[in-house]
Amino acid sequence: MKPPPFEYAAPTTLEDALALLREHGGDAKVLAGGQSLVPLLNMRLARPAVIVDLNRLPGLDYVRQVDGWLAIGAMTRQRAIERSDLARERQPLLHAATRLIAHPQIRNRGTVGGSLAHADPAAEYPAVALALDAELRVAGPAGERAIPARNFFQTYLTTALDVTEIVTEVRFPTLPQGAGWSFLELSRRHGDFALAGAAVTLSLSSSGMLDGARIALFGVGATPLRATAAEALLTGETPGDALFTHAAQAARDAVEEPLSDVHASAEYRRHLAGVLTRRALTEAAARARGGRAA
Amino acid sequence: MTAQTSRQAARTRQVRVTVNGRQYEATVEARTTLVDFLRAHLGLTGTHVGCEHGVCGACTVLVDGAAARSCIMLAVQADGAELTTVEGLSRDGELHPIQQAFIDRHGLQCGFCTPGFLMSVCELLQHDADPDDEAIADALGGNICRCTGYQQIVESVRLAAAKLREEGGSS
Repeated sequence: MKPPPFEYAAPTTLEDALALLREHGGDAKVLAGGQSLVPLLNMRLARPAVIVDLNRLPGLDYVRQVDGWLAIGAMTRQRAIERSDLARERQPLLHAATRLIAHPQIRNRGTVGGSLAHADPAAEYPAVALALDAELRVAGPAGERAIPARNFFQTYLTTALDVTEIVTEVRFPTLPQGAGWSFLELSRRHGDFALAGAAVTLSLSSSGMLDGARIALFGVGATPLRATAAEALLTGETPGDALFTHAAQAARDAVEEPLSDVHASAEYRRHLAGVLTRRALTEAAARARGGRAA
Repeated sequence: MTAQTSRQAARTRQVRVTVNGRQYEATVEARTTLVDFLRAHLGLTGTHVGCEHGVCGACTVLVDGAAARSCIMLAVQADGAELTTVEGLSRDGELHPIQQAFIDRHGLQCGFCTPGFLMSVCELLQHDADPDDEAIADALGGNICRCTGYQQIVESVRLAAAKLREEGGSS
């Protein structure tokens, strides 16, 4: 189908973009990469009166290191992350997840901020942001504020972002020296939305014990979720198959209401949460050991 | 047409684009997708409309050199951009080596998806002159073909890459 009629504005300053959102409020929809919004327009599942296109805003397209953070402009294309040596070196979890987002043609247009603000529960970046405790920088009528990822995702396609606000930057903590990571998902075909996935980071102490672990699951609920009980099980323990199987069971139990649809039943998604957690922990631990040996 | 200011929202807008080296200017409804603009306004019907929601890849074109799906991009977003469509591939009436390779290796049957495949391959080979099978699969994963079963398409890309490397080497 074709998009329904709407008014369109392409502000060239953040100030103008914010003024447009203030003026049109909930009738306006922000257009970033458009790889989710335009399909919704074409299918007429979204009927905004006004589209505010951020693609003419200068200065929101960058990847840079700021202290212990990788700071990424909200309009940075996913393809730029894929091609960024800085992203690959400083935040390999983010980099690896990027390659699993749809296809190159989509990543050429899709943006970091757009994917987070869209908040599809099966999308990769929200899970990465949650696993890493990323921080979203947001501009609005009252100025700027920072929203931690754990407070950002509220429910299906719904975030803490007000209709008058725009994400301007996302900060991902860089991966600490010696930490291990893994990002795994299962989809029916490469590039399809994940049926379920797991993002894991962990670190080992000098004696080889687990200092801490973070597990974010996605595709299994209305938002990505942290498997905190599984994380707690791991801390202070020696990594190994039995421990990871035990933690995977806890991760599986953390999945309360997985989506059930034509692609996968709720039970299958819950099952996958456990399997992927176990595999991701194993891979992350191997990477952490490799890093320490090096 | 009123002046386009940064703060003004309007239903129609003026668009200036360069397509295959030629400049075009038109006033379009903001809701016009890029593929409909190319086909209906500019008469460039080589770019095909398939699923219209960004899944099949038939409408793939190059926007400032980057492959993008023109069914999920608005024409107004292309204002000021340089576009390449399948019509821009041939040189002096000769098929582009990628096009010729698709013929030589039977990389098409009905041909509906082919313009999209060609443009995706075009971007791939600009960045990677000698892609391995994994890189080819990654580049083509977003293009769906119902006829060929993909194997001949992968072979077409390998042949095209080899031919372009030869051309590059001899020039």
